[in-house]
Amino acid sequence: MSTEKPKVAFYWCSSCGGCEESIVDLAEDILKVVEAVEIVFWPVALDFKKKDVEAMEDGSIAVGFINGAVRLSEQREMVELLRKKCQLIVAHGSCSHLGGIPGLGNFWNKETIFNRAYHTTPSTENPDGVVPLEKYDLDGKELTLPSFYDTVYSLDQVIDVDYYLPGCAPPRDLIMNAVLAILEGKLPPKGSVLSPNKSLCDDCERNDTKPEKMVITEIKRPWEVIMDDETCFLAQGIICMGPATRTGCGERCIIGNMPCRGCFGPTDQVFDQGAKFLSALASILDTDDEKEIEKLVDTIVDPAGTFYRFSLPTSILRRKRMEAIK
Amino acid sequence: MSNESYDPKLVGFLCTWCSYTGADLAGTARMQYAPNMRIIRVMCSGRVDPQFVLKAFSEGADGVLISGCHPGDCHYQEGNYKALRRHRLLTKMLEQLGIEKERFRLEWVSAAEGSKFQKVCDEFTEEIRKLGPLNWNGGEHEHREA
Repeated sequence: MSTEKPKVAFYWCSSCGGCEESIVDLAEDILKVVEAVEIVFWPVALDFKKKDVEAMEDGSIAVGFINGAVRLSEQREMVELLRKKCQLIVAHGSCSHLGGIPGLGNFWNKETIFNRAYHTTPSTENPDGVVPLEKYDLDGKELTLPSFYDTVYSLDQVIDVDYYLPGCAPPRDLIMNAVLAILEGKLPPKGSVLSPNKSLCDDCERNDTKPEKMVITEIKRPWEVIMDDETCFLAQGIICMGPATRTGCGERCIIGNMPCRGCFGPTDQVFDQGAKFLSALASILDTDDEKEIEKLVDTIVDPAGTFYRFSLPTSILRRKRMEAIK
Repeated sequence: MSNESYDPKLVGFLCTWCSYTGADLAGTARMQYAPNMRIIRVMCSGRVDPQFVLKAFSEGADGVLISGCHPGDCHYQEGNYKALRRHRLLTKMLEQLGIEKERFRLEWVSAAEGSKFQKVCDEFTEEIRKLGPLNWNGGEHEHREA
């Protein structure tokens, strides 16, 4: 038995496929991984079925990497099954870690999302008003679809999660480090986010350009200005989530001259990334006058969507209040 | 639920230098006011992290008050201005999340204004009574149902 390679499973839930791509993007490194492990389940690349997983012994898979948020009953079933079969579960990427971009669905509910998708988008042509049903009777046969929840969940709101690989999508070096740590049994305490526990600004090469006293007199959106490619974004009045976001991403966006959007989530010291960023941003608005403050706040378009772009389902409030959705 | 019998749960973050002393004055002067406010003493209104406010709402508060020294009177020079800026931005964000702006209030109450504290508590309680309970559950446990 000792010569047997550890078994690995990959699964995806509510996600764009970018995290699957991040595995493929390991390029030649993936050969090292494939050499060291046996992949027993990977729906996006290999033909295994649910029943194959069901047939495996409980705990027989060493580690399961699951990307994507949970918003369908089918996803819940699959992740519960994988939890039983895997010794370790890694939440792979922002969506399973924090809720991610699909988590922005928590500003709506099932009814409003279906109404938009199947009736009111400009490109919808649906004269019969057909919507997906959980059960449908076709010539005496019953067809079924998974149920669609009102709320999007992060993976750890549905099953127990051992580790988190942050990022949209997680960068190659973090994935390789995680895989190697698992293979060598050199794992940090359970529940760790597998990336350094400090803020992006700590590593940002623009940090030196920060003025002595940081103040914002005018909020600008990236498309409104030509952004200086050397100066701190906040010093330019452009919203950058760096102060409230964990580092480890390799500053891919900053290097591409785009502000941080927050995909790595907060550091361990912070419960709520959006609230913490709101606090930081409000403190550097350069006015004490009530009317001027209100004017400046008016120019911050969509604070909830911007500050919680990747983390609404794992924020303290988790979603928009259901009674307030029309 | 009829709103008359409903007792709003309010949480108030009061700065120790002005508003908490003002509330104390209301107490020692035996002023009568609505008993709905759960007071939490903080060193400064600028110490109130927006996370505290969200946590209060998520754990059952129907309304949250931040109260500090009048502009210009902050013991730490500018903490209350920070509170003011955070309050306006957080109010906007809470509205996007379906929490009415009436539920999140900022008031300046000095150490001498016991009667203003009395008035704020009474008004806020009545206002929230009219709005009704927040009933926050954050979409919890939906995925655990069959």
